[in-house]
Amino acid sequence: MTTLTGASRPTAVDRNAGRRGNRWFAQVGWRHLVGLLGVLFSLFPLVFVVSAALNPLGTLSSTELVPTGGVSFENFGDLFARTEFANWFLNSVLIAGGAAFASVLLSALAAYAFSRMRFQGRRVGLLSLLLIQMFPQFLAIVAIFLIFGMITDLWPAIGFNTPWGLMLLYMGGALGVNTWLMKGFFDTLPRELDESATMDGASHAQVFFRILLPLVAPILAVTGLLAFINTINEFLMASVFLTDTDAKTLAVGMRGMLQGAERNTNFGIFAAGTLLTAIPTVLVFQFLQRFIVSGLTSGAVKG
Amino acid sequence: MSTPLSGPGSAQQAPGRGPVRTGSPRTSRTARNHAPITVAGLAAKVILLGLVAGIAIWAAFPLVEAEMWVWLAVLVLTTAALFYLYLGRRHIPAKYLVPGTLFLIAFQVVPVLYTASTAFTNFGDGHRGSKDDAIVAIQSSSVKQVPGSAQYPMSVATKGDPATGALVFLITDPQTNTVSVGDARGLRPLDPGAATVAPGGKVTAADGYTVLNVGQASARSKDITDLVVPTAGGALRSSGLSRVYEGKAVRAYDAGCDCVKDSDSGRTWTADGEVGAFVATDGERLAQGWKVNVGLSNFTRVLTDERISGPFLGTLIWNFAFAIGSTGGTFILGMLIALALHSPRMRGTNLYRMLLILPYAMPSFAMLLVWRDMFNTDFGLINNLFGLSVDWFGQDWSARAAVILVQLWLGYPYMFLVATGALQAIPRELTEATSVDGASPWQSFKAVTLPLLLVALSPLLISSFAFNFNNFNAIYLTTEGAPFPADNPSNGATDLLITYTYRLAFGGQAAQFGFAAAISLFIFAIVAVVSAVSFRRTRQQEDVYA
Repeated sequence: MTTLTGASRPTAVDRNAGRRGNRWFAQVGWRHLVGLLGVLFSLFPLVFVVSAALNPLGTLSSTELVPTGGVSFENFGDLFARTEFANWFLNSVLIAGGAAFASVLLSALAAYAFSRMRFQGRRVGLLSLLLIQMFPQFLAIVAIFLIFGMITDLWPAIGFNTPWGLMLLYMGGALGVNTWLMKGFFDTLPRELDESATMDGASHAQVFFRILLPLVAPILAVTGLLAFINTINEFLMASVFLTDTDAKTLAVGMRGMLQGAERNTNFGIFAAGTLLTAIPTVLVFQFLQRFIVSGLTSGAVKG
Repeated sequence: MSTPLSGPGSAQQAPGRGPVRTGSPRTSRTARNHAPITVAGLAAKVILLGLVAGIAIWAAFPLVEAEMWVWLAVLVLTTAALFYLYLGRRHIPAKYLVPGTLFLIAFQVVPVLYTASTAFTNFGDGHRGSKDDAIVAIQSSSVKQVPGSAQYPMSVATKGDPATGALVFLITDPQTNTVSVGDARGLRPLDPGAATVAPGGKVTAADGYTVLNVGQASARSKDITDLVVPTAGGALRSSGLSRVYEGKAVRAYDAGCDCVKDSDSGRTWTADGEVGAFVATDGERLAQGWKVNVGLSNFTRVLTDERISGPFLGTLIWNFAFAIGSTGGTFILGMLIALALHSPRMRGTNLYRMLLILPYAMPSFAMLLVWRDMFNTDFGLINNLFGLSVDWFGQDWSARAAVILVQLWLGYPYMFLVATGALQAIPRELTEATSVDGASPWQSFKAVTLPLLLVALSPLLISSFAFNFNNFNAIYLTTEGAPFPADNPSNGATDLLITYTYRLAFGGQAAQFGFAAAISLFIFAIVAVVSAVSFRRTRQQEDVYA
């Protein structure tokens, strides 16, 4: 049986090779070749980062693709000694974790109302969410900067250089991004479930928290994870908001490491920081891989 | 994405049906009244509402202090409305919609509307405040040291980071030994005892402030020279790093002619309400202007000002090319690898997949910076490996190719994942049927697999396009828009509209918030048109009626 792409690419076949090897290459071998090339492309920058992180000299100019000048963990020590990496890490986790959790909760609440209830203004509400979704929040960065300038004067606790201000801002963008997605998930749950619960005397809040939410929990986790990763990577608004060294997030702080004259010398500790940042996300990614595929095909996006 | 399970008919049985529809209000109302009130639910309600009340009270004090009565009224009304909503038993849909909507309005709708209104003004550096603010700034910046000017000991301090925080002067009056804090808004006395004064009058420490040492202060000498503290008779300016003098203003505003007069040179600048600045007869403008409404001129500037319109068109075309190139490139590469690995005879696909998606799991901001340094001319990996010395970000086309290559690396694992998912969903019978009919693998791919893939993935391709169209990080963390033409440092060859906007507003040169907001609106319009067309094509609107 020929598979659908059996020979969709021209294969360079060595005429002298045996007929069996020839056929093996045409059917399976070239697939491994493509796979290997892809893996090489994926991995070589990562190998470079690992090599830079372990490079005892710690400079960009002395870093090779494969570490030849010995291996040391000095960069990791320097990272914590010379920069506020621990602070940045905590800030990032706090902001991204808080914002991801809150935004999933807020949009799940809204999606429940849109999916299960019929009320005046429902259609208008859904359509305006669709419209707002088209306007990415960061395009209004100038206005946000001016508004938060006023907020900082009035309530310094939620203004610039605080995690709370940035978190509030990210929560503002939540409803537009996730509500439609979540409504789709809720729509796939049979209505009979909540109807029977209502018959048994459950209130609308009980239906939501005790019946529907547990059923969509895996997909909520994936949506939350993607929101978390997107927030960790967010640079534009964080760079405008956070200018004090110890208030920065990883994205803002680590970019600062590679600014100006220190760009060459700091590369080793930067690479060490990159690895430390990546470890948790890579682990979770491999663990949730299967769910992520289904979450992605439902419309979540990452660069 | 979503399967509408119920037609409009089943709406009658929806559990939380709002009271607006008058089907059978009596029965449903009683049914709801019988819903039990649980202890946990009641406790959660009390705690959350208590939190709302607490936050509202905390937020009210600064508003009262600043005498912002309108915002206080908004706060009180919002809080009252929240209490009404959650203490009552009606308006059930609203109970679920309001929390998110509040944030949406405060941090997205209001900023968007504010952007729209800013786009019609000349708001920016030199045009920040009202006309009165401009006059104060003109007068205080024209302060000159005259013979007999009083001098005071001064320390430079800040409330924030010594390297970036806003500076203040801590000024000691030698007669009374009292310390005052001075900034651009004026002079305020500091509580006695809050500051430690060294002999000679210099403040060495003050509560809530970080006093800059000599090294930190000299690093910011320009900020210190620029800081002018207005006083009744003129203004205080720094003289060196440890003293201030009280000088007399040379320029003064004359309300009679609505102009500013310079008593040294005798020149006058007349207020021009059209441009929001004081303009001399020879066209010279004073740097300190005020915010005025300029109508559509920010928008027409994009088309008519030659220094802007030429590069702008180039940026627009490149912006589209970048978005299409990134999306198309990642899709093709991801799909090819997915096709290659999609075969029942393949072994080890799980291992391949695990390794292939690694770039997607890495923190993208850090990997963008790594790629930037891999393209470094002198020490970069790419030049090292191939023995080149190409200045990748120095030439238009190599820089453009480089940023697209980086996007390809970051984005193709995602396309690989979704293409794999979509391929698995295509029934094998379809492709088997084509091969029975004698189609070549290429024909069967073209006629069956690709169209089905495109149907499944087109919403993702559209959102990927929209994302890349505004992919700020991809440019700002790699080339920062470079290379720039020699005569135009504000618009580089790899600039996207969004990085260009960012530079206009927050770049090194004078901030042009009004113009930046106009460009933002322009991007809004493009994204909206592209999305509207694509939504129409994918018919996502159908969900609305579900």
